[in-house]
Amino acid sequence: MTSISAPPVRIALPTSPQLQRRKTIGAIWQAVFIAATVFAALVLGTLLVRIFVQGVGALDTDLFTQRFISNAAIERGEAGYLTGIVSSLWLVLIAALFSIPVGIGAAIYLEEYAPDNWFTRVVQINVSNLSGVPSVVYGLLGLGVLVSFFGNDFLGRSLWAGGITLGLLILPVIIIASQEALRAVPLSLRQGAFALGATPWQVTWHHVLPAAMSGVLTGTILSISRALGETAPVLVAGAALFVSNVPTSPGATYSPLPIQVFDALGRPQAEAKEFAAAGIIVMMTLLIALNLIAIILRERASRRVRW
Amino acid sequence: MAATASDPGTRINVQTRSAGDQPTLNAPIITLRDVTISYGSFDAVVGVSCDIPEHQITAMIGPSGCGKSTVLRSINRMNDLVQGARVKGKIEYHGVDINSPSIDPVEVRKRIGMVFQKPNPFPKSISENITWGAQINGFKGNKKELVESTLRRAALWDEVKDKLDQSGLSLSGGQQQRLCIARTLAVNPDVILMDEPCSALDPISTLRIEELMRDLAKQYTIVVVTHNMQQAARVSDQTIFYSLSEKRQGMLIEASPTQQLFTKPRDQRTEDYITGRFG
Repeated sequence: MTSISAPPVRIALPTSPQLQRRKTIGAIWQAVFIAATVFAALVLGTLLVRIFVQGVGALDTDLFTQRFISNAAIERGEAGYLTGIVSSLWLVLIAALFSIPVGIGAAIYLEEYAPDNWFTRVVQINVSNLSGVPSVVYGLLGLGVLVSFFGNDFLGRSLWAGGITLGLLILPVIIIASQEALRAVPLSLRQGAFALGATPWQVTWHHVLPAAMSGVLTGTILSISRALGETAPVLVAGAALFVSNVPTSPGATYSPLPIQVFDALGRPQAEAKEFAAAGIIVMMTLLIALNLIAIILRERASRRVRW
Repeated sequence: MAATASDPGTRINVQTRSAGDQPTLNAPIITLRDVTISYGSFDAVVGVSCDIPEHQITAMIGPSGCGKSTVLRSINRMNDLVQGARVKGKIEYHGVDINSPSIDPVEVRKRIGMVFQKPNPFPKSISENITWGAQINGFKGNKKELVESTLRRAALWDEVKDKLDQSGLSLSGGQQQRLCIARTLAVNPDVILMDEPCSALDPISTLRIEELMRDLAKQYTIVVVTHNMQQAARVSDQTIFYSLSEKRQGMLIEASPTQQLFTKPRDQRTEDYITGRFG
């Protein structure tokens, strides 16, 4: 009678030279990718450390509470970025209020409603190209259209003009990021909803948007950060190097943080460099605070969808 | 009973449900007349004419690419969602041409629901999966009752009654598919279309869905597309066989009461397909 549990035949399983070569190639590429990551992190880290070392001496509450940047104030260590912080917050607020609804709306139209015809394709190509247009061009647009529309003396050099200019600048980025997020929502989800007798709007509002929200907000966070840091377009569109009053309404004149930092850098005092570096730290703090708010919103939105 | 055949060696042994009974089909609720469906310039399926009997199960079988799913999707205008899809010919539901310009596809889909090949519950809780479709269609009653009664009808209640707040996607594949059937029932349709509802499921889940289909056929009209001939034979009252023409276009070969199609097919091509000589 034959045994059914005969011991298995042992075979040798050596690593062939061909496999060895494949493994070496894999290891080389892995090293390349690690080097790229380390390089990126190092550059950013060096920059941050340098700025911090330079600016740490000037860090005090005056930075957030004082309105004036003048040679005398810098020398006395009493200069502050209050007008810049408030100006930048206004700008970001106006830009966001303008471009987020318009951008998400355009993305919804293009992804969920638009038929595939020449008009849609022309719009699509234009949106993609606009996201690559140099930012100073948007400044010229703001100057040419908005400033002259509002009038050069009155609202023309106000936060309205600057904010809408920045809004236009980030609009294509928001549209494209939102489109990507909407496209990532599986077709089967839409089909399931349509098959229950839902209208296109019910499908979009109840299913597609919630599922895409996290991606949409990620794109929005990135573009808001960009709006906060932009200098060239607002400079062209009417931002001032110096304003004496904290802007209290969107009709006020303004001087955003990046421009104030640039202004401080050009001043002759020894303290000015330190003050400018501290300004960058202020700007980074503002950026992190804004991003944090957006990330919290994103987490809330994604918790409503239960994959 | 085993299917009787002239050459019992080659014919697959299918157990038809109505074996022994006289196969009778009810009056049609949906009629297709000379329906041709094209994607762009390509005619995917040509000249389909058939009747869907009320409160019975119609199975559509045939080789891959023969257009059976395309026909199914045209019955509740889901093809509208496919870019470039066009339907010629007449599809009537209770005598109404569903493709007439005055008919809103949303109204059609409310009455003719659909279950898909891959279970696609919403990324919401089990309860919300049931209530959403009913609510968008104006349901104002007691949601808890709706959830329970619907899940009971879909033979899912006992398995999920303690976790109604969990995501619909936390269930097993077979349970997800029954949840999708339940969510369709909650809208209270007339007809339920099923596009290979068991192809992603294991045999036991498949059996449960088939039992559920037989149960639902008392109240609803069901049209099911399946790759599985045994399934068609087991559950359906009428079977429609599609095949491909020389131009690779899908066409309807034969629509007969299931028992007849599997035992005494009228067309040689049906005979070839069900005996395994083709397909």
